[in-house]
Amino acid sequence: MIRRVLPLVAGLLWASSAFAADYSLLNVSYDPTRELYVDFNKAFAAAYQKDTGKSVEIKQSHGGSGSQARSVIDGLQADVVTLALAYDIDAIAGKGLIAADWQKRLALNASPYTSTIVFLVRKGNPKGIKDWDDLIKPGVAVITPNPKTSGGARWNYLAAWGYAQKKFGSADKAKKFVADLYQNVPVLDTGARGSTVTFVERGVGDVLLAWENEAFLALREFGADKFEIVAPPQSILAEPPVAVVDTVADKKGTRAVAEAYLKYWYTREGQEIAARNSYRPRDPEIAKEYEKSFAKVELFTIDDVFGGWTKAQKEHFAEGGIFDQIYKN
Amino acid sequence: MSMQTGLATSTTRLRSYAPATDVSVAAPAPRLEIARATPVTAHRNPRTEPGPVRFIIIALAITFLSVFVVLPLVVVFASAFSKGVVAYFAALAEPEALAAIKLTLLIAAISVTLNLVFGVVAAWAISKFEFAGKTFLITLIDLPFSVSPVISGLVYVLLFGAQGYFGPWLQAHDVHILFAVPGIALATIFVTFPFVARALIPLMQEQGTQEEEAAISLGASGLQTFFRVTLPNIKWGLLYGVLLCNARAMGEFGAVSVVSGHIRGETNTMPLLVEILYNEYQFVASFAIASLLAMLALITLVAKTILEQRLDEAEVPDGD
Repeated sequence: MIRRVLPLVAGLLWASSAFAADYSLLNVSYDPTRELYVDFNKAFAAAYQKDTGKSVEIKQSHGGSGSQARSVIDGLQADVVTLALAYDIDAIAGKGLIAADWQKRLALNASPYTSTIVFLVRKGNPKGIKDWDDLIKPGVAVITPNPKTSGGARWNYLAAWGYAQKKFGSADKAKKFVADLYQNVPVLDTGARGSTVTFVERGVGDVLLAWENEAFLALREFGADKFEIVAPPQSILAEPPVAVVDTVADKKGTRAVAEAYLKYWYTREGQEIAARNSYRPRDPEIAKEYEKSFAKVELFTIDDVFGGWTKAQKEHFAEGGIFDQIYKN
Repeated sequence: MSMQTGLATSTTRLRSYAPATDVSVAAPAPRLEIARATPVTAHRNPRTEPGPVRFIIIALAITFLSVFVVLPLVVVFASAFSKGVVAYFAALAEPEALAAIKLTLLIAAISVTLNLVFGVVAAWAISKFEFAGKTFLITLIDLPFSVSPVISGLVYVLLFGAQGYFGPWLQAHDVHILFAVPGIALATIFVTFPFVARALIPLMQEQGTQEEEAAISLGASGLQTFFRVTLPNIKWGLLYGVLLCNARAMGEFGAVSVVSGHIRGETNTMPLLVEILYNEYQFVASFAIASLLAMLALITLVAKTILEQRLDEAEVPDGD
């Protein structure tokens, strides 16, 4: 047995180390960006090879934003992190792996693409869902993941809260609204992609609260004859940020290429890749070109309504926070 | 005296435990049947139930098995081939799929080899020697079965994670255990440890130490005794344990998921890749990988049946 296994092991080890690029980056990202980074990595590797003559290979890891941050803290050797929300990168920075001012190092809050939260409904919109108010009607089953583990779910929650607070003018009424909304949620998946699968494939629920890019992807994958996207008049501006993990990049000697990688997002090509993958580009020119691809939604920011991620996280999602209070009842 | 009874009960527990480790497969046919088959006067022969009753019972069993075992298997293969044979093999030839297959084989090779050694050593110690803390050792061997795989993974995060006990030292010396092959191997070794030992302990206890004693009294060395006497006696049981160990090592999801880091083409094993591809709406690719795992299960099943027959044959001369 051992005699047969050993050459096999040796062969495998040899085979797996046969290829090596000049640089190797690990990008630890959140769930819905899989398709986005397939495109982006290919374009960046080509551009980098052209500019510097060096080859670069980018490896990807995807999962729930919060648990991915946890893995990096536990030692996953990420050169860059591209997560769903600033709070998760703050958590890594809090352990000293990333400089505290990371969000100032790149333009636009270090968020080169944005998204928002929209509704995905079944074809013909049988429950007539048009706006956030329709989600708390009795008999409407809403699918959204668990805000404790999923970045997208936190954006969903905050979008609903922000809408209600603007409409009713008080935090108490917003709390009541969000509590009513979660009464209509039959199942909380751990990640955004899990919720999409629940809604799209298992056929559970009447409306999925989803990242805009995730909703478009579901349309592309399953055909526009099964689902349609409803953009509410108001929603939240979701800014998924990116950062170089300083300790890892410095140790591996990949800082220059890691920084070039993130800066590539801010080029014309990078912005077009974002737009093609249904992320809202930030470059005004590209945004204008792709204007028709995105619904007109009045977007409010987390800073406006909640005073930033740290505050929102503490008030709403921490142990015993508002989400715990409303979901228990 | 009390020591003896304690041992005896632990032995029976071991024996009854071994077949139950794999619930998906029926336990070997109990010998009691022979006794039951002998007709007993004044009672109806249990094998001659009225026709309809027999029919209903058999139909129920077959329906149950079809729905819960055969149907899912058929669905896996049907989905894998839903876009044709070309798409199926194209999915398996993807670099990510190949990397996952390689990694899974590597991890299985490492963990089966090590557990083979550990398992034989542990079974040897328990069945051939008397020492204090023996019961404790038996309990320890059982531990991985009773611990949730997620916990098995988290233990290694706590030990080797950057915030864990050995993390800072490992980082300073640039040793990567977590989110790399060693971590995945460790987690897999942990969850698959009991299989070999479990298969061997009852067998070796039953065989006792007479043959070894005879060999040694005839002048054989320790190693000679092991390779010429002990090993031939336990070879079928050993293969049986290795087989189960291998099946679990390749199929483990929970513990590996915690320590893998999910790096594409690097630390994703086949079970992890199945989930990832499924979540990426690549159903054909996902089920293609799943079909490989299912095939492994089927091969294991057949090999297991053959081994069980051999084991039974090997045991019969002892007068069971």
